Amino acid sequence: MAQAFFWNREAECLPRPQLEKLQLERLRSVVARATERVPLYRQRFAEAGITANDIKSLDDLRRIPFTVKDDLRDNYPFGMFAVPMDEVVRIHASSGTTGKQTVVGYTRGDIGVWAEVIARTLGAGGATKGDIVQNAYGYGLFTGGLGLHYGSEFLGAAVIPISGGQTKRQVQVMQDFGTTVLCCTPSYALVIAEAAAELGVDFSKLPLRVGFFGAEPWTDGMRVEIEQKLAIDALDIYGLSEIIGPGVAYECLEKAGLHVAEDHFLVEVIDPGTGEPVAPGQRGELVFTTLSKEALPLIRYRTRDLTVLNAEPCACGRSCYRMQRVTGRSDDMLIIRGVNVFPSQIESVIVGIKGVSPHYLLVVDRKPGKMDELEVWIEISEETFSDEMKELERLEQLVLSEIESVLGLSVRVKLVEPKSIARSEGKAKRVVDRRDLFK
Amino acid sequence: MKVSQISVFLENKSGRLAEVTQALADNNINIRALCIAETIDYGVLRLIANDPALAKKVLSERGFTVTETSVLVVEVEDKPGGLARVIKVLAQSGINIEYIYAFLTRSEKAFVVFRLENMDEAAAALQKAGVRVLTGAEIYAL
Repeated sequence: MAQAFFWNREAECLPRPQLEKLQLERLRSVVARATERVPLYRQRFAEAGITANDIKSLDDLRRIPFTVKDDLRDNYPFGMFAVPMDEVVRIHASSGTTGKQTVVGYTRGDIGVWAEVIARTLGAGGATKGDIVQNAYGYGLFTGGLGLHYGSEFLGAAVIPISGGQTKRQVQVMQDFGTTVLCCTPSYALVIAEAAAELGVDFSKLPLRVGFFGAEPWTDGMRVEIEQKLAIDALDIYGLSEIIGPGVAYECLEKAGLHVAEDHFLVEVIDPGTGEPVAPGQRGELVFTTLSKEALPLIRYRTRDLTVLNAEPCACGRSCYRMQRVTGRSDDMLIIRGVNVFPSQIESVIVGIKGVSPHYLLVVDRKPGKMDELEVWIEISEETFSDEMKELERLEQLVLSEIESVLGLSVRVKLVEPKSIARSEGKAKRVVDRRDLFK
Repeated sequence: MKVSQISVFLENKSGRLAEVTQALADNNINIRALCIAETIDYGVLRLIANDPALAKKVLSERGFTVTETSVLVVEVEDKPGGLARVIKVLAQSGINIEYIYAFLTRSEKAFVVFRLENMDEAAAALQKAGVRVLTGAEIYAL
C-alpha cells in the first residue's frame, strides 16, 4: 500500500452517510438559488414541475433536467451567472462547439473552493508547504494555469508561474530552483523529459518528486514512461472549466482512479443515449452538479466525458467515489495540448474560404517525445489549384492562419488530392486520432 | 508564342506519378519535357505534351487535378554561355522568372521552358535580342 497523504482529511474521509447528508443539503440550496437567480433554470424547473422543496433524497436528482454546453452558448457570455457582476472576481473561457467560447465566472468564494480542491489534489500526492511547484500549465483564459497556481499558494507551497513552453528554460529552472512538484500536460512532461535527456540531466539526482498531469487524455503507458524518465510519481488530475476547472477529481498515490471532490461536485454516470443512470461499474457519461459554486451553478451538467465510477473504498481511506481515467467522449470534441477542439469550429472556417472544398479531415498524432499535433487535410480543387508553388503556399497559409486564430492552437495544413478524403453517407468521418488513447 | 503546359497536383504517395505516365502512354501522348516541384506533402508535375488538350482531358477523366498554363520555350545554344545569354536579356529587361526547366533533343540546340511574370513583354524582349522563341506547333512537333 502506498503512503496516504491528505490536505483536508476530515472532508476527504467523511463517512458516506454524513457526506450524502451534506450533499442533499447543498443540492437543495443550489437548486433554490438557481431557480431564483438564473432565468434558464427558473423556466426549466417550472416546466419539469420541480422545486427545491421536492428534493427529499439524492435520488430525486434524476427528476431534474440536464444542462448542456449549448445552454452556456445560448446564454453567452454571462446569462447563466447567478450573482451580480460586482461579486464576480474572475472570468475564464474555453472553446465552444462553434464560434462562441464557453464563459465561466467565479466569486471570491468560488476561487476559495477551487484552491481548496487543488490543495487536496496536490496534498494527495504528498505535496505540502515547503514544496516548490513548477506550474507549466498555460496561464490565461485556460483554467489550468491559474487553477494550479492559486491551489499551490493555498497549500503553502512556493509556486513558480513559469507557464508552458520554453522547454530548455523549464529544465534550467527545475535544476536551479530545486523544483519538487511539476504540473503540466502529460505530453509536455515527456517533452521536458526529452529536452532534459539531451542536456544530460540526471533526474535521479534532482529533488523532483511528484507531478500532476491533466488537461488532456493519457494512458497508463504514458504514466510509466513519465515516471521512469523523470523519476517521479505521476498522478492524474481531472476537471473542466464549466464545473470549476482542474481539481474536480484527483488521484492519490494508490493510482487507482480519481477521487471526486464529492462534497463540492455531485457525480453521476448516465447512458448518453437514454439519459438514465447506468448500473454501478458500467461505462457512461459523467454528469456533475456543482454543490457550492456561487457565480455559475450548474445542475446535472453533461460533460460528454465517458468513464466508469467506482464506489469501492480506496486503500488511502478517502470515502468519495473514484472515476476511472476518462476513456472517450460522447461527442466529437478533441483535446489537443489542453485545448478543446470541435471539428465544427474548423468546418466553419473552411466553408468560409472561397474555393476551398468543404471536405476535410483532422488527423491527430502524438509522436514519441513530442506534443500532440493536429493536421488539417484540405482537398485541392480545380478552382484553388495553381501551377505556381507560391500560390499553393499562400492558400495553405490562409487556411492555417484562419484556423489558428479560431482555435488558439497551432496546426499543420496539408493539401491533398480531390476526392481523396473518404465520403460517407450521413455523418462524415472527420477525425482520425492516431494517439490510441481510448483503446 | 506561348506554349501550353499541363500541371498536375500529385500527393506524395507511391504510384501516383506512374498513373499519370500510364494514362498518357495509353493514349499515345508523347511527353516533350517535364519537371516536378515538390513539398513535404505534395508535388506539382509540369509537362509539355505533344497534344496538350488531349493530355488534360485524359488526366482530368482519371481524377487528377489539372491546370493548363502558358509558358515560353526558347532555343539556346547547347554550349557554355548559351543559357547565360538568354537569362541576361530577361534580367536586363527587369522580368522576374517564376520557374524554369530545360530539355535537350537530338540536335545541337537545347530548349528552356520559362514561366515568367510578364510573358508578352518577355517574348518581345527575347525576340528583339535575337533569341528564337518557339511556337506551340513547333514544340509539339519536335
